Amino acid sequence: MAYMHIGKDFVPPDVPGKVTGRIKYAEDYTRDGMVYARLLTSPIPHARVLDIDASEALAMDGVYGILTADDVYPDGEPQSTGLKILTNEPTLVGEPILAVAAIDEKTAETAIARINVTFERLPFVLDPLDSLAEGGPNGYPGDNNTFVFRQGFAQEKWSADQVASFRAGNEPTAEPQQTWELGDLNAAFAESEFIYETTFTTAGYPHHSMEPRSALAYWEDGKLYVHGTSQSLTALADDMAGIIGVPKEDLVFINAATGGGFGQRARAGSIPSMAIPAKLSQKINRPVMMRVTREEEFTIGGARQGFQGWIKVGFKPDGVMAACDIYIISDNGGKGGGGDASSAADCIDVLYQPDALRFRGTSIVSNTGHRGAQRGPGQNQIAPIMAPILDKAADALGISRLEIRQINTPRTGDVAGPQQTPFTSAFMPETLRLATEQFGWEGRQSRRRQRNGSKVVGLGIGQGYHNAGRSGMDGIVSMGTDGRLKIHNGVGNLGTYSYASTSRAAAEVLKMPWERCDILNERTDNHLPITSPQDGSNSIFTNTRTCFGAATDMLNKMKEIAATDLGGDPADYDVADERVYRISDESVGYTYAEVAQRAMELGGKFTGEAELPEELAEWTQISVSRLAGTAFLGVYHDPRHAGNPPGFTVTCCEIELDLETGKYEILDMINVADSGTIMHPQGMKNQLVGGAVWGIGLSGYERHLYDPQNGLPASTGYWQSKVPTYLDTPVKIDTGWVDLPDPENPVGARGVGEPAMGSVSAALTAAISDALGGHLFNAAPVTADMIINHLAGTSEDAKPLAQNNFRG
Amino acid sequence: MNPKLTRRRFIKGVIASGAAATTTGMWYAANGQSGPAGAVERLIRINVNGQMRSVDVAPQETLASTLRYKLGLTGTKLGCNRGECGACTVLVDDVATYACSVLTHSMKNGRIETVEGLEAADGTLHPVQQGFVEALSPQCGYCTPGQVMAAVALLRENPNPTREEARHALSGNICRCGSYDSYLDGVMRAVELA
Repeated sequence: MAYMHIGKDFVPPDVPGKVTGRIKYAEDYTRDGMVYARLLTSPIPHARVLDIDASEALAMDGVYGILTADDVYPDGEPQSTGLKILTNEPTLVGEPILAVAAIDEKTAETAIARINVTFERLPFVLDPLDSLAEGGPNGYPGDNNTFVFRQGFAQEKWSADQVASFRAGNEPTAEPQQTWELGDLNAAFAESEFIYETTFTTAGYPHHSMEPRSALAYWEDGKLYVHGTSQSLTALADDMAGIIGVPKEDLVFINAATGGGFGQRARAGSIPSMAIPAKLSQKINRPVMMRVTREEEFTIGGARQGFQGWIKVGFKPDGVMAACDIYIISDNGGKGGGGDASSAADCIDVLYQPDALRFRGTSIVSNTGHRGAQRGPGQNQIAPIMAPILDKAADALGISRLEIRQINTPRTGDVAGPQQTPFTSAFMPETLRLATEQFGWEGRQSRRRQRNGSKVVGLGIGQGYHNAGRSGMDGIVSMGTDGRLKIHNGVGNLGTYSYASTSRAAAEVLKMPWERCDILNERTDNHLPITSPQDGSNSIFTNTRTCFGAATDMLNKMKEIAATDLGGDPADYDVADERVYRISDESVGYTYAEVAQRAMELGGKFTGEAELPEELAEWTQISVSRLAGTAFLGVYHDPRHAGNPPGFTVTCCEIELDLETGKYEILDMINVADSGTIMHPQGMKNQLVGGAVWGIGLSGYERHLYDPQNGLPASTGYWQSKVPTYLDTPVKIDTGWVDLPDPENPVGARGVGEPAMGSVSAALTAAISDALGGHLFNAAPVTADMIINHLAGTSEDAKPLAQNNFRG
Repeated sequence: MNPKLTRRRFIKGVIASGAAATTTGMWYAANGQSGPAGAVERLIRINVNGQMRSVDVAPQETLASTLRYKLGLTGTKLGCNRGECGACTVLVDDVATYACSVLTHSMKNGRIETVEGLEAADGTLHPVQQGFVEALSPQCGYCTPGQVMAAVALLRENPNPTREEARHALSGNICRCGSYDSYLDGVMRAVELA
């Protein structure tokens, strides 16, 4: 289909500000009379605050006030650990206990140094299996070690023998907290020719967004203004109002740009610390800036859940995956959160379509960073575990590594997951074909495991998946008498440019030149509609639907006004060149400026004062009520779609691994997507190369490290956490896409941000395994230490299935 | 590798991250608005983007703090404030420099350039900035000013770098979004534009 905007590159309006430094992040703002907040955080991993003596600090010149958990939660702290902004029972090192506001940061820190906090030390744990064992330490309040959704804290224990058996590599025998099952597992294993069974680990690690989560808050004319950082705009502000305790209509959230999110800034509950300056500002009646350091970004930020798992996979003689049985202990960290394990099992069902699958999972505390969504939560941890298993099966069954993926590929019409949800469309076969053809996969097979001195070549192929679309949100467009189209977009600006590319769906409907469009985002008093949070790769699918719908509402109103004024039926009219005109006589019509003028004169439904969709969210209703009567409006509530819109990727790579150092160089890599219709090719490419870097980090480098004696985090910085640099990644990453439309989206688009990482991690881990003659580490990351230990035949000298510490 | 080496590295990591355990750490020590007891701010003149600027500077104040909090040049970002990420990269006498890791008092004879100083008076972008726009190099944009300055330093030293040379020249700048490939595309486009 020939589009005016969709599928074409453009310069998103915030890009010039990014290359000139003009665009402002939260910490770049100042306010007259602004004072500074600093945090007193817990120095120990699990404790109870018995007493806070701040009298000396509060008597200091330049100190304006203090905020404690007792101020924030006068009726007691909530059961859900993750939502607390301050606490009297910290469950990880670095959790905020109190905040002090002062004339400058030195004074605030001096004041904090003069506060006496009396702690009672409580048991802590860094490895969930240590807590799961009978008699092991419990790291949550109330001597608990797990958090059950809608039930609260609880205790979950296995016998010491059960834990020891699991660590020794055996199937867990204890009852899981959660389970779901598809098909006849025993019958499917009975049909299997090749069965692979193993325990495995995947590491937790921090998001480490470049922008620390600093925030500025002030009250003015009864409204609270918060300059913050967020992946989402309206979705986060909607929830943040509740956390702060301010009516939605009185909160203005300002967030022109966000320095990275990756899942951890999507929802208010995962970044509640912005409420601290808001509460302090309310208490002392001054603007409060809370600057956050890199170390604090680690400790009050978030992390991916680590897995301690067991998996058994069976394949039929023809290569069909017959059965998969998976049991995962999820590291819930110090503050709970994360449903990664079930998503991992769901991902296996999606990508490999086994005849039978059983998932069992249990989530257990460790007194480490707050766990929550991180780019492909669950889907991406399991990707590097599964890919080498598929390769082993292919070798054992005498079929190629590409064929085993083609045999098991998801297709349009297939279903997957615990609810056996059908795909809206699935072009994985086409993606496998495009990626392998562009990479020259077959032609490279002769180089597999070739030696060149101490170096050996490895080839890898991998697949990625994430659900990539939601619905049920709202859209607003407006037009003044200048005839310019204003797209009110509540999508956050986290660097994907989806706020801009989804807006182009509205321009497309009205055939509007892009230079005649204005995107209204950046701050919630731009009268924005509610959106789903910008997580789960959903934004492109979800918000092209709402933008398209709102513009279609405006288009229909244009035609109605023209037909009423100029004769005929609305169906007799079309739009082009910023005019609504009669198809049979193009001279009859209105310019957009004229039709907007007529809409203003007519009022009522044309200006948002009547006949609004009944299902609009409260947030959207507030925005529309403020716009009503001021402009020609298109307003839309999106109904729910049916099915699972998937985002798929396929990666091929070739590496050269040095058997003397355990290091490898990625010689070539391609990352290819099935993301429906491509909205913005350059933005698409950025997601594919960015996801690749994240996949390289997952496969080879990133992990939490904690001091086992004192529970101190040792990976608070970039170097220690080992975020990939230019030199860890290929000098060029090739990309591609199949560009086939999805029927559940008006322009055919779906998302892709998360799978782009999973397939790379799968392919790279498979390539490492290939270079080592098919050795499986059953772990992510696979570090150079682990490779050298394997080659030397030395022990990894660490507790099996260890979490938050070195494996090798 | 001997696992004991790994242990030693781990212990070093713990020591390096000790600030996290004691909450507030060294934040104010590097911050322009304050200093240890008895420290006195002194008025100095520094050359920033071709202009001599007079500014009161504390003895332990970093250039990043002075630029951001005293001169209002917030294009220079603080990502780590510990010399790891490169978001604060500026040029000092044409050399890419982490502004978080040099003291402003040592800059009295230096020629400092920040991202704000690259644009021409008529609004024309520097070729690196234009190249980054055309290649859509930035994602979240927080590291972008540092990447821009590192690339400008490279092109002054080597106007025709290979992609591999550009990769090494920019390797002191982390991009958590992983936009390295697009930044390198932008550098190579800048070479064409220059």
